[in-house]
Amino acid sequence: MNQPVIDLSPKVSDEIRKTTCYMCACRCGIDVHLKDGKVAYIEGNRDHPVNQGVLCAKGSAGIMQHNAPSRLKSPLKRTGPRGSGEFEEISWDEAYQIAADWLEPIRRENPEKLAFFTGRDQSQSFTSFWAQAFGTPNYAAHGGFCSVNMAAAGIYTMGGAFWEFGQPDWDHTKLFMLFGVAEDHDSNPIKMGIGKIKGRGARVIGVNPIRTGYNAVADDWVGITPGTDGLFILAMVHCLMKAGKIDLNYLAQYTDAPVLLNCDEKSPDFGLYLRDENGKQLVIDRETGKLTPFDQPGVRPDLSATHRAKGVTHRPVFHQMADMYLSDEYAPEAVADRCGIPADRIRAIAAELARVAFDEAIELNHAWTDFRGEKHTKMTGRPVSFHAMRGISAHANGFQTCRALHVLQIILGTVEVPGGFRFKPPYPKPATAHPKPHVGMTPGAPLNGPHLGFVHGPDDLALKDDGTPARIDKAFTWENPMSSHGLMHMVISNAHAGDPYKIDTLFMYMANMSWNSSMNTGGVMEMLTDKDENGDYVIPRIIYSDAYSSEMVAYADLILPDTTYLERHDCISLLDRPICEADAAADAIRWPVVEPDRNVKGFQSALCDLGAKLGLPGFVNDDGSQKYADYADYIINHERRPGIGPLAGWRMGENELQSGRGGVNAAQIDNYIENGGFFVEHIPDGANYYKPWNKAYQDWAVGMGLYDSPQPYLFSLYVEPMRKFQLAAEGHGMRQPPEHLRQRIKDTMSPLPIWYETDQEGNEGYTVNALTQRPMAMYHSWGSQNAWLRQLHGRNPLYLPTKLMREHELTDGDWARVSSPHGEITVPVMEMAALNENTVWTWNAIGKRKGAWALDKDAPEATKGFLLNHLIHELLPPKKDGMRWANSDPITGQAAWFDLKVKIEKAVAPKESRPEYPPIKSPVGQGPDHLAWKVGK
Amino acid sequence: MHPAPSVIFFSVFSGLGFGLLVWLGLGIPAVTGWSAFAFFAIAYLLAVGGLISSTFHLGHPERALKAFTQWRSSWLSREAWCAVAALVLTGFYGLGLVFLDTRWTILGLLGALFSIGTVFTTSMIYGQLKTVPRWNMPLTPANFLSLSLAGGALLAGQVSEAMVLILIAGIIQAVTWLLGDKRLAASGTDMASATRLGDIGTVRAFEPPHTGTNYLLREFVHVIGRKHSAKLRLISIGLMAVLPVVLLLLPFHHIIAVVAVLAHVAGVLIARWLFFAEAEHVVGLYYGKR
Amino acid sequence: MTTLPNATDKKLGLVIDLDTCVGCHACVISCKGWNTENYGAPLSDQDPYGANPSGTFLNRVHSYEVQPAQGEAQLIHFPKSCLHCEDAPCVTVCPTGASYKRVEDGIVLVNESDCIGCGLCAWACPYGAREMDAEEKVMKKCTLCVDRIYNDNLPEVDRVPSCVRTCPAGARHFGDLGDPDSAVSKLVAERGGVDLMPEQGTKPVNKYLPPRPKDALPEFDVLAPFLEPVVEEPKGFLGWLDKALEKI
Repeated sequence: MNQPVIDLSPKVSDEIRKTTCYMCACRCGIDVHLKDGKVAYIEGNRDHPVNQGVLCAKGSAGIMQHNAPSRLKSPLKRTGPRGSGEFEEISWDEAYQIAADWLEPIRRENPEKLAFFTGRDQSQSFTSFWAQAFGTPNYAAHGGFCSVNMAAAGIYTMGGAFWEFGQPDWDHTKLFMLFGVAEDHDSNPIKMGIGKIKGRGARVIGVNPIRTGYNAVADDWVGITPGTDGLFILAMVHCLMKAGKIDLNYLAQYTDAPVLLNCDEKSPDFGLYLRDENGKQLVIDRETGKLTPFDQPGVRPDLSATHRAKGVTHRPVFHQMADMYLSDEYAPEAVADRCGIPADRIRAIAAELARVAFDEAIELNHAWTDFRGEKHTKMTGRPVSFHAMRGISAHANGFQTCRALHVLQIILGTVEVPGGFRFKPPYPKPATAHPKPHVGMTPGAPLNGPHLGFVHGPDDLALKDDGTPARIDKAFTWENPMSSHGLMHMVISNAHAGDPYKIDTLFMYMANMSWNSSMNTGGVMEMLTDKDENGDYVIPRIIYSDAYSSEMVAYADLILPDTTYLERHDCISLLDRPICEADAAADAIRWPVVEPDRNVKGFQSALCDLGAKLGLPGFVNDDGSQKYADYADYIINHERRPGIGPLAGWRMGENELQSGRGGVNAAQIDNYIENGGFFVEHIPDGANYYKPWNKAYQDWAVGMGLYDSPQPYLFSLYVEPMRKFQLAAEGHGMRQPPEHLRQRIKDTMSPLPIWYETDQEGNEGYTVNALTQRPMAMYHSWGSQNAWLRQLHGRNPLYLPTKLMREHELTDGDWARVSSPHGEITVPVMEMAALNENTVWTWNAIGKRKGAWALDKDAPEATKGFLLNHLIHELLPPKKDGMRWANSDPITGQAAWFDLKVKIEKAVAPKESRPEYPPIKSPVGQGPDHLAWKVGK
Repeated sequence: MHPAPSVIFFSVFSGLGFGLLVWLGLGIPAVTGWSAFAFFAIAYLLAVGGLISSTFHLGHPERALKAFTQWRSSWLSREAWCAVAALVLTGFYGLGLVFLDTRWTILGLLGALFSIGTVFTTSMIYGQLKTVPRWNMPLTPANFLSLSLAGGALLAGQVSEAMVLILIAGIIQAVTWLLGDKRLAASGTDMASATRLGDIGTVRAFEPPHTGTNYLLREFVHVIGRKHSAKLRLISIGLMAVLPVVLLLLPFHHIIAVVAVLAHVAGVLIARWLFFAEAEHVVGLYYGKR
Repeated sequence: MTTLPNATDKKLGLVIDLDTCVGCHACVISCKGWNTENYGAPLSDQDPYGANPSGTFLNRVHSYEVQPAQGEAQLIHFPKSCLHCEDAPCVTVCPTGASYKRVEDGIVLVNESDCIGCGLCAWACPYGAREMDAEEKVMKKCTLCVDRIYNDNLPEVDRVPSCVRTCPAGARHFGDLGDPDSAVSKLVAERGGVDLMPEQGTKPVNKYLPPRPKDALPEFDVLAPFLEPVVEEPKGFLGWLDKALEKI
């Protein structure tokens, strides 16, 4: 009866190398265990600020990602027609020569003929630097089709946004309210936070048409009608204002609520802030009753007093808010039906917000000094926190909806306070501290500044002298003036249409435009393969870089194969989207924990080579030789401003290494590796709340190089730049919108958040909302070809609410024809009871094209999986005047994925889900038929 | 449960073989010499063939000897001992009969006892499983034993005993089916007890853990339609019991006897297929497949 | 070895919080990674890039929809792995002694070199905790990371099962459920932890913490005092505002 003797202490690995995950935008720290020089096991890095040791399914499946058979092996040159997947392998020298032969004349003659768009790029500060050096105005990453509404609304309103840019104060919050479909960005921190607060018994309220994931564990679920979040939020704003349950002190001190507005309808400045000669916003000081700049020492801005000067009455922003939101238009009874939430439920939730914010207020004993010099002995906290997901933003009213949510946060006084929502460095950073967009192009020379940024009025639009769009994606034009992230989803259709102009070369990175990253997938495939009357491709040349054999590979002429994330250098930089926490600034690196075994190269290193070959400024030395041998060389040696480089840790000081600012340190990457792949600098206690107004924080941020001087500012309940666009639409100013857009600009660009219907013209008969989200085990990960993860989600049904299942006499496993004004798909269905009764949804991007990702052509992803993308067009159906407007938010241009409305009909089960596309030839063959993966013996 | 051919063939043919050995061990029919050889050869072919077939479903048949170690707790281990004991005892007993024309009665009786024991232990491998309520009842061993003895009697050429035993076996089979149909509901195991979420409301399986299949689904979740099952049951009982009895009532002829045997075996094979195919393993509840 | 020990020194096991599990499958894959590389044969995958991928997993996350008599349907994510039962039927059915329950901590293990791959232990398990590996043809099951929890090569804090270490929501807890003073035992007592399929008589060591009551926000009439209007007419608001500002 002896038990077997087993080894309880086996050697775990030969070595642990610590780097950064690349499976999504969390950028968690990972411990990569190596045996015999090979990757054996991946787990979370306990010391890492983002994940503190935990790791999601994608992260743990990294070993399968790294060893995926779909990895590209060599540079490829297309040999068959576009879309066929026929390629020949070529050398890097040949690949660079082809690229240079295409790009060099473009740069010399007309740089706008290059459109360079990067998808899930985590090196945008570098890729944009390259594009600037090239001189093309046509650069952006995937924010435009992802969630620019979320980012832009946050930054314009309060100098920071949700997701990777801010987080609830998990340690102190007592009520957490989460809006929106999709449960992705910042996913591990949110899971950790929800676990933490639920452990304390704090309440979680989920507002989401679909009760999955975080909403499944929410204590209360509000199954709202898609696209009506803004209305629901403004109804709560109405209730809270009406009950006086608003933080008047916070509004007066830290927001533009007391800032005076020109109220003379005839004035060209009607609705603009009253400012002093230095451009500072003016308020009435409640102590003195006098007009004064908002930031003067001792000023106590008055929320109520008005001011009359030169015959013009000026009223504070708060008056306008009262006029607007106290109106019965926003009463719960008035919105209940549209939102699908009973009026009393709206009131109950608003009351609960009020109860926790004011009756359960907390205080932290941190003394601090505000930007007016006033000393505070305590930090008051309102322990209500909010967060939002893509769902609320991917509508044509998404920008205003996100703004409404921020206004709700702000009137409750819950931003940057204990228990509320807090920014992560480099935020808070107001829109005015960001660059403006630049399109100043000179052949053979760099662009005149960064491509993307924040506009503050018509003067900042990216228009040519003739008023036509300067950018191929029409970002920063009257169609979508505040398109801070560009409009990647419009590039191909605009380039194909030659509107606003034709391009020569489309250069893309990690962007699956011929599949799940495009609206109108089938149409995009046609545009990419369409030929002109001479038999030439309408989009003449396409260069694409990817690590894997994605659907997009087949549509390119030249492929630059990227490495996997374990084989490359990267920096997750403070210049870009870093890994900071609300209490700390942090950045991180990736480094080749194993060397590639294929003829591939990190895309950024390839850009260093190509930049040098093209002689781009910044990529060559004075003697014309290559400046950066590879991306690592750039990371260490590049300085954006003196003393500020891609990485903030271990910079060279006068006598020792220092954080934030400092000179180049040749051993910097080694220092990062020694520290576990990341750098973290904690914000001192007392500086870590009230950051936009906290002197200690502002000084610390300057020291870290986040700003060059303190930047205190007021939150913008009222977004003045929007009013400037309205003024133009009303006929003021030199730059005027085209006639057909005037009314829309007036209607949608309200400087105070509004809600408007997004049901589209042409939707008649299509009444059911259709949504998508990525499963947690795949969110933002590049492909579901991962052998482990595809077993979790190898196909996707369309989930229908019980009511629609009954109505259409469907049972699980039946098939339905789902149509929209644009297209039709036939797909398997499943019932879901915990779902808004007029909404259907599916997991996005499970469906794969036959022949892609080294999968069998009969893979369930290809035969049962499907995309809703086929139902969504990048343009709306023609209006009465025949014009087709973009299916985008009219303010930012964000793709309105979730405005989709469909019709459902029961269908005879087809052999495979429809539409079917013919297989593409796999440039990498097909994966093995079994795996028994063990590295160590 | 997955109706694996190897296990169906094993249990049916080894049941028949050991059933025949029971009769031979009891000295019925009282054969010696070459006719004894023929009977023993048939019994051995069936019993050993069945056992060999059963090893086909083993992942590591080369380690099969280890299966003799756990007779204290494991019915499978006990089955192995019983089978070996039965084969060894009846083997010597048969050698005596064939070659020495000598009947070692005690050896025969012990052999018969272990042969019954083998069939019983086989049945208890299934009958012990609380996870399969349909099997977890005394009728399971009764079903296996009655079929084994009836089939043995048939093969042993004991017409009148066979008729009676086949009728008994048929009745037990029918009762097993009828009572078996109620076992899952009577077990108290359902989705509410499986998930313990029943206090909140009605539980329904939503997304499965993996969209593809897995070992558990392949092994334990086999759903057959009620109509299909009823049809097979009728065919099975007809072949297993009704037809052989009718045939045996006819004037004896070797061909008729062979047809009766074949019909009976076919009926038992169908019954055994249903035994597995209809068995609801409670793990299916986690997949909402019950 | 297939008789069960009369008692074990400890009852190591997991406590799974159904109130917190968001269904992210992190535990599933972390388990797959660790146990592919460690104890026994790797967890293989058949047809991993094909039409019918199917692999061995020791931990799987189900999901259930529960419809209360009143109110909205709920979705509950439900991770499930070996429950390391006190009366483990999978142990006693094993003919070779490959399947056993450890005396010192109650962990149920398979000694793969003794396993003949008959599958009977999986038949005996009501929970679907055992899976036959199609490549190695031996029975695989959760080891409670027996090669982590005592592993001197790991820092002390990491000596927990990999699923527990990786769970982002902290929905998985590991400890000695035989010790009434352990953190996990207290958690079970506090939250009313339950056994799965108690009627099977397996006496599972792992416990499940049921979801807390959902959609229990008080009705508005209870909360109404928090939204008592300060004015009835919008016009009165500025008057209220002035008064309120005086008080600041």
